[in-house]
Amino acid sequence: MSLPGNDTTRDGPPIVVEGLHKRFGSTHALRGLDLTVPAGTVCGLLGPNGAGKTTAVRVLATLAAPDAGRVRVAGFDVVREADRVRRTIGLAGQHAALDEGITGRDNLHLVGRLHHLGARGARRRADELLDRFGLTEAADRLVRTYSGGMRRRLDLIASLVTRPAVLFLDEPTTGLDPRSRNDIWSTVRELSAEGTTVLLTTQYLDEADQLADDIAVVDHGRVIASGPPERLKATIGTRVEVTLADSGHFATAACVLSALTGGESSLDEAERRIAATTDPDRSVTLPGLIRELDAAGVATLDAALRRPSLDDVFLALTGRTAPEHPAGSGPALERTTR
Amino acid sequence: MTTTLTAPATGRQGPVAAEPGRLRRALSDSMTLTLRILLYYRHSPGLIAASLAAPLAMLLVFGYIFGSAMQVPGGGSYRAYLMPGLFVLVAVNGVVPSMVGAARDIGRGVTDRLRSMPISRPAALLGQTLADLLVSAVVLAMMVGVGLTTGWRIHDGVPRALAALALLLLFRFVMNWVGIWLGLLVGREDIAGQLSVLVFPIGMVTNVFVPTGGLPAWLRLVAEWNPISAVAAATRELFGNAHPLGADAPWPLRHPVVATLAWSALLLAVVGPLAVRRFTTHGR
Repeated sequence: MSLPGNDTTRDGPPIVVEGLHKRFGSTHALRGLDLTVPAGTVCGLLGPNGAGKTTAVRVLATLAAPDAGRVRVAGFDVVREADRVRRTIGLAGQHAALDEGITGRDNLHLVGRLHHLGARGARRRADELLDRFGLTEAADRLVRTYSGGMRRRLDLIASLVTRPAVLFLDEPTTGLDPRSRNDIWSTVRELSAEGTTVLLTTQYLDEADQLADDIAVVDHGRVIASGPPERLKATIGTRVEVTLADSGHFATAACVLSALTGGESSLDEAERRIAATTDPDRSVTLPGLIRELDAAGVATLDAALRRPSLDDVFLALTGRTAPEHPAGSGPALERTTR
Repeated sequence: MTTTLTAPATGRQGPVAAEPGRLRRALSDSMTLTLRILLYYRHSPGLIAASLAAPLAMLLVFGYIFGSAMQVPGGGSYRAYLMPGLFVLVAVNGVVPSMVGAARDIGRGVTDRLRSMPISRPAALLGQTLADLLVSAVVLAMMVGVGLTTGWRIHDGVPRALAALALLLLFRFVMNWVGIWLGLLVGREDIAGQLSVLVFPIGMVTNVFVPTGGLPAWLRLVAEWNPISAVAAATRELFGNAHPLGADAPWPLRHPVVATLAWSALLLAVVGPLAVRRFTTHGR
């Protein structure tokens, strides 16, 4: 049993969500979300725009109140013990939540003071973080002059001022160039190695794949599949795509692909493309594919094996493709149940 | 006093409200957020000059152009009548930076970041208003300097003049809270920017620029009950400047200092809690 008072975390998994429901007006954003994240691991919440990922993070970070369900962070209830949760967590959102009109150093300094590190403690911590994450040179410039990648990095650093036990990252790399994305990724890895529990949301399977110990696929406000990336990908199979030189070969090619993958093939007549996804327990190689097509007398312009994408995960898990949404328009995916 | 606030040593999790040092932490949060706004001004000192621009432009247009053909009822120079009104406009303009700032913070995610931290909610907003108070004290002092060089005078001694300035700062403080509430309500910087244009007509339908005696009856009613008119009348009274009243002027204009205090208390009592509540529950 833990004592009340000075403890910053309690025993048990740092993130426990049970049956979480959240509505915004007529939008039912979360419909019974369940999630447990063990200490020191990275969990990737994967799903399309409007799936409820951001809402889940907002509830976990005490920014939104759950309508139903139990949500505990570091052992504290997000509603009744919100202030305790706030002392334990770090949050970096989709935009860089920084003051543009002041310097990077001052931004960190203010965050430290708001976490009651004291003026000197806050300064020391700011210097430490700037040094560690290679921002010392830019520290005394106004944030207004920073590049997008630098802002996001500073925003992430601002969430680390208190050495949070639990870190929430809401789409930390959306809109970043590859180099900045790699910077964020290596920071997340370092933090995880130091024992920080991380929950990150992403629309990219490869990001979840790179960073997460466990992936939870979210759709319509619920977790529809979860597990280590390897296991998740193993349930999906590889996507085979062939572009034909002659549309008269469609039927033959479909037979070859079905025999090879064990899956049904889909046709795109305009593009003369035929595609299929392998059964999870089969493996297909590119030379093997070409050989079989050649043997059947199918002339190909292009053939490719694609690693599973989020679309494939969705197709496999829900039988439909992941809907595309312009960023920020949540509700289109949702339909109210009456 | 502190001993009674100590959290229970055993049993369930003590409520956070009972922790010692909560008030001290709230004060520290306010000071930090005051510092935040002051740092803004340090890097953009032009902002202070910008907040002088509107009252100076009006001094030129009304004081020197329209004023050249104006007679104040009961005599006296129009510029001496106008000057305290411009001080009041400085106070009323407090709505603008607070409203735009609060809306910008929402748009940039700063509000969410603050709300995810263990800081006192009222303190978070108080910090912004205190910073503005310091800045507007500087702006007012500069305006007083402008007034003194353009022929306006203090007639009733320094203590009453200081009381007038204190009253102006109080009203600016109230306007800051109104602005924060509106900014949180609107939530978008561009809309907040558009709305701030409305401050001008609201400031016009008052006794700031002309005595209300000559207005059409319906407009006069609105102008005389506009809280801004009470502030302007109180300022003129305390500086010892003329403020001609119609014989049937309503109570707030005949007792402008008390009316200003009452309006301020009322507005603050309504808007303060609304703003804190809006901040606390934004996006919940």
